[in-house]
Amino acid sequence: MKAFTDLYYELDATTKTTPKVEALTNYFLHTKPEDSIWAIALLVGNRPKRPIKTSDLKLWSAALANVSEWLFDDSYSVVGDLAETITLLINSKSENVSEVSLNELMREFEGFSKLNDDEKKEVVLEYWKKLSPRELYIFNKLITGAFRVGVSKLLVFKALAKAYDIDEKVIAHRFIGNWKPTNTLLTDLLKEDEFSDSTSRPYPFCLAYALDFDLQDLGKVNDWQIERKYDGIRGQIIVRNKQLFVWSRGEELLTDKFPEFEELIEFLPAGTVIDGEILPIVEGDIKSFNQMQKRTTRKALTKKILQDIPLKMVCYDLLEKDGKDLRDLPLEERRRLLEEIVTNSKAFNSSLILAPLLSCDAWENLNALRNEAKSVGCEGLMLKRKDSNYETGRKRGKWWKWKVDPYSIDAVLIYAQSGHGRRANLFTDYTFAVWDGDVLVPFTKAYSGLTDKEIFEVDAWVKKNTIEKFGPVRSVTPHWVFEIAFEGINESPRHKSGIALRFPRISRWRKDKPLSEANTKQDLLNLLHANT
Amino acid sequence: MLLQFDKDGIYCEQAGIYIDPWKPVDRAVITHAHSDHARWGSKSYLAHHDSKNILKYRLGEDINLETLAYNEAIIINGVKISLHPAGHIVGSAQVRLEYQGEVWVASGDYKVMPDGITTPFEPVPCHHFITESTFGLPIYNFPNADTLNTDLKNWCLKNQIAGKSSVVIGYSLGKAQRILNSINELNMPVILHGAIYNTNQALGLNNERYIRYAARIKKTLNEPVIVVAPPSAIGSPWLRQFEPYELGVCSGWMQLRGARRRRNADMGFVMSDHADWNGLNEAVLATGAENIYVTHGYKSIYAKWLTDHYGLNAVAVDTLFEGETLEQQDIETTREEEASA
Repeated sequence: MKAFTDLYYELDATTKTTPKVEALTNYFLHTKPEDSIWAIALLVGNRPKRPIKTSDLKLWSAALANVSEWLFDDSYSVVGDLAETITLLINSKSENVSEVSLNELMREFEGFSKLNDDEKKEVVLEYWKKLSPRELYIFNKLITGAFRVGVSKLLVFKALAKAYDIDEKVIAHRFIGNWKPTNTLLTDLLKEDEFSDSTSRPYPFCLAYALDFDLQDLGKVNDWQIERKYDGIRGQIIVRNKQLFVWSRGEELLTDKFPEFEELIEFLPAGTVIDGEILPIVEGDIKSFNQMQKRTTRKALTKKILQDIPLKMVCYDLLEKDGKDLRDLPLEERRRLLEEIVTNSKAFNSSLILAPLLSCDAWENLNALRNEAKSVGCEGLMLKRKDSNYETGRKRGKWWKWKVDPYSIDAVLIYAQSGHGRRANLFTDYTFAVWDGDVLVPFTKAYSGLTDKEIFEVDAWVKKNTIEKFGPVRSVTPHWVFEIAFEGINESPRHKSGIALRFPRISRWRKDKPLSEANTKQDLLNLLHANT
Repeated sequence: MLLQFDKDGIYCEQAGIYIDPWKPVDRAVITHAHSDHARWGSKSYLAHHDSKNILKYRLGEDINLETLAYNEAIIINGVKISLHPAGHIVGSAQVRLEYQGEVWVASGDYKVMPDGITTPFEPVPCHHFITESTFGLPIYNFPNADTLNTDLKNWCLKNQIAGKSSVVIGYSLGKAQRILNSINELNMPVILHGAIYNTNQALGLNNERYIRYAARIKKTLNEPVIVVAPPSAIGSPWLRQFEPYELGVCSGWMQLRGARRRRNADMGFVMSDHADWNGLNEAVLATGAENIYVTHGYKSIYAKWLTDHYGLNAVAVDTLFEGETLEQQDIETTREEEASA
């Protein structure tokens, strides 16, 4: 645990990638594989469930620190982080270096399910009493199930690749899917030559950055494959060994949610992996994301819902054919093979359709295509180099997304709440309102979009202009207008305002706009009706 | 009630004095020279001997100022008034008032842990105690002065070895002198921000060891240096010439990770001139007072704790200036710096 604690503080001390990769590589080189596998799981977010109730941790630590529960709560609301609050309250004076290894500790947590409350308490208290402040903090992060540190998966894989001298892409592939540190040996995972035994394993998704420069700088328009950008669930369909697996981009196995794809076991050749977008499509029309959510959040899939909201895969890439990894072939070639497989399949136009390629002879004409995308339920365009291989993760250069401009509305800040973690004790979570006659009605929350400097400014302003406090929320004097950008608008009976926005964020602080010029509820309703 | 909290400050009607008034009054007793306690414009001032120069530097040479030693008493209209060490900064005092057998003590700001340069805090038995509560939550537990000295020195040395300068941030009155006391013996040039240089002078300290900040001063030195500056220097172009440097911030708030990150500190030193949680409890209990008035800080929480846990008669009291708070430390310029700039 000592080594893992040191690793955490090294990673936390810098924002630069080179020292992060160095620290990770060093860790993997000097740590036993059984500890490394846990470190990898924790770093890439494949962490186990919290082994213990937070209310218990709260109770025990308050008692140990000789403070009452209300005082614990008040302290927590100032610190903004549970593990840190417990660590500070316990105020360890220990300078011990723990002897427990990460593997031993995590396995001890796994075993908690077999212990009764008193036994759990005994174990936790023993750690609390003997760990030094640094290790105590990490221990509390682990036991509260909230361990997180600023490294991307890609950096972890890069370091593993260095430490074990294996290609980075291979590493990324081996760690995708639902492996568990409890039943996976790092050495097995790394020495595999073939993936024959890992039938379900998807490939890491290739992701695109948003286009942030002139189209002209992309070179010749002919070098690019142009597709629509869909607003569904990005997924991979895998047919291997007479089995079907449907993975989401979030590496969730969703096979059971989509019975319409079961036919593919028969209708696709073995060893096929298709990348595409899963969408609700009725008679050729793409339905809203809202409909999709109705379908995916439902626990039991009734006949009716399957009939009302049928899903299809819009296919746009082929990653594996006849069991062979195609990712290094040029896109143009993969597309040709994809068309062949899909159009020859009995599932063609039933559960599978092909993403249409758009033709465009000059960059000047592309904007019209982009705007058209919205009218067919898409959110913009994808530009992919015809000679591009299928990359691992998000890379600049070969694939770009070019989304239609978002909707925007000018709204008034009326409530503020402080954030957590890095944003603890800072008012960063805001609620916005629009005019309904001479009343301001709240309609959305938005968190991100301001610079750090602006956040400090708003924060200081909120503190000076609070009208009332309701728990952590403060109502403020209506004064500032912000431009809120969002991707979509839908009716929502669950919200007071009757509408729900998709991806709302602050796009600008309109210091130039007086309060009276903020938008109205009617403006929002107009957008809603234009949209449906 | 011998003391009342009114719109101008803590008032003693019998003696006709205010303690740390925030508006001009006829007669002000000043606990210490920080600008949220020592305000401009009163007709006369009473403070400790050691506050004399700094008060004149901050409030004007011509103020009407009378000073006392610790434990020395004067009597005004039957009220016996004396000053007692508060351990906060040089010259800081608790004010004791006694009238017809009833004793009140106003603590001003204080810390219980000795810092090596300030006259250490002394508990004063009383019936009514007015306490601050800047760090009145059990999450605040400060390290002692020796630990801090060692940590600060080691950090500067580590930076020196890495070829980097060390920028150490602390308030110009109080914290800065503690920082200097820790690093004096290191074999590195020490550059002071003007506010700190001037404050040292007003305190009658010897500035010979230090270099006053000037544009392009770093070029002439050609080696890693230590820079001591107030919080307003963070993120200002003022620091650019010292690149590459590491930024260390000295403040009780550095106990919290969030505060450390928001200040962009490479290193946080939990160094405070206020009492931490145990310090506050120790001080309150040592007075033996039954009635506690809690000001400055987490006052309602701390008052509730004193009532719940120790059965004391504790209430939170509003003051115009809330002193240092976690929220406030994010607001870039502090009054303290404005006053000493």
